[in-house]
Amino acid sequence: MFNMTKNVVTNLMTKSSTRLYPIAVRGHFEGFRGTLVCNVDECIFCRSCMIKCPSQCITVDNKAGTWTCEVMSCVYCGVCVDVCPTSCLSMTKEHRPVATERQTIFLQGVPKKKKKEEAAAE
Amino acid sequence: MARTILPFGPQHPVLPEPLHLKLTIEDETVVEALPTLGYVHRGLEKLCEVRDFNQMIQIVERVCGICSCLHALCYCEGVEQIMGVEVPRRAKYLRTIWGELHRMHSHLLWLGLFADAFGFESLFMQFWRVRERIMDIMEATCGNRVVVSVNVIGGVRRDLSPEQCQWIEEQLAVSEKEIKQLSTTILNDYTVKKRTVGKGVLTKEQAYQLGAVGPMLRGSGWAQDARQTGYAAFGELGFDPVVEYDGDSYARCAVRFRETLQAIDIARLAIARLPAGETATNVEGAMEDDTPKPVAAGERRDIMQAYNRDKRHRVTAAPPPNLDLPAGLVAAKVKGKPEGEAVTRVEQPRGELMYYLKGNGSKNMERVRIRTPTFANIPPLLAMLPGCELADVPVIVLSIDPCISCTER
Repeated sequence: MFNMTKNVVTNLMTKSSTRLYPIAVRGHFEGFRGTLVCNVDECIFCRSCMIKCPSQCITVDNKAGTWTCEVMSCVYCGVCVDVCPTSCLSMTKEHRPVATERQTIFLQGVPKKKKKEEAAAE
Repeated sequence: MARTILPFGPQHPVLPEPLHLKLTIEDETVVEALPTLGYVHRGLEKLCEVRDFNQMIQIVERVCGICSCLHALCYCEGVEQIMGVEVPRRAKYLRTIWGELHRMHSHLLWLGLFADAFGFESLFMQFWRVRERIMDIMEATCGNRVVVSVNVIGGVRRDLSPEQCQWIEEQLAVSEKEIKQLSTTILNDYTVKKRTVGKGVLTKEQAYQLGAVGPMLRGSGWAQDARQTGYAAFGELGFDPVVEYDGDSYARCAVRFRETLQAIDIARLAIARLPAGETATNVEGAMEDDTPKPVAAGERRDIMQAYNRDKRHRVTAAPPPNLDLPAGLVAAKVKGKPEGEAVTRVEQPRGELMYYLKGNGSKNMERVRIRTPTFANIPPLLAMLPGCELADVPVIVLSIDPCISCTER
């Protein structure tokens, strides 16, 4: 009948298991897949992330040099980070803040020059 | 006596899942139960026709939130079987560890929900507090709490460092202690027993005939567990299935409770025996870029003709030259695209999960058929309900651990 008395007393004696959320924030462990960040200066617009993305939220235009991510479609699997050849994609351990409207990350970089153009420039 | 038809669900305070049951009741006794499914159908099986086989790992993980790791494990094992990929031993052990962590957190979640279903909210909180530790292990080692995304074809994406292994062992030791403290309450308490013992009895014969799986089957006295087939590292670890003989809600609860402790033991054993080595094979061609390569005009016509011919007559490609390979292995040298078919089984927390995979030599799987444990457990549920009291329906429905998003995909 009093099977749980010990637990109840222990719970009363020890400190609370929960925290006062907005005041005390837990933070995340190292390696948590929080927010996808793209360093567009190092991006070579190879489109690997776009091809491998399971939710097809990334669009890369290698002619215009744009990198676009539909944030609301991202499933935070981290596949794009794994396949990126230049490691310009990374995931920070903070969550993306709550949003009330649809968000899109649009990044403009310098597209890769073709070999002919490079040779002409030199 | 007047009969009343009572709709139970899909939205119901005690049901975490949208299962609709049409209960025919006489006074307070259920006479007949008819299920209605289809509220959360998402067409994930159809999606395999447009996503390539590597992207499908993340999609099958989202079939079910609670057992995501095991869905991915089952799918990867199937594709590896088709492509003849040998997984490194360390990867197998890591898969086992994460699979067992998933079993722990699923069972702890269920034990909490079950306590909540018969109105024991304090116990619900106790179990979920222990579960939080397991979720922390998951977040620290995999990068996410629920959908862990660690399995890939040919191995796993993350590795465990010795410090992490030690930390996991410490966390598991504390969890085990905390779970054991709750054993007298969930297994011996008068109020719990009053609500569960003798409710929803599934006899041994019924369990066999209606095809129950998982804790349902083991609660009715059958010592059957898909882990005995030895997938991942279970062939080397060895364990005995947890069996109870009464077949009622209490027996199923006891099976799940004891399995949680067993999962802790298996995970601990796997960590202790974790072999050194690689965590993923480099499959030749499998991870290469899948962008279509330009094809010459004449060649394109040939390809299209061959494709149409295959489609019309369902002709599969020529058999591989070396035919002395064991069944299931298509070729020793792995090509980039899976071709062939495979059936794989793993033991989910809820029971046996089965995948049928068919590849046609393109980057998309031709067919991915998923048979989930809840689908198998619904006929036994309908056999258990008639004759019970209306007040016991939530307890009996929860005792099968329904996962409707699994069932409908």
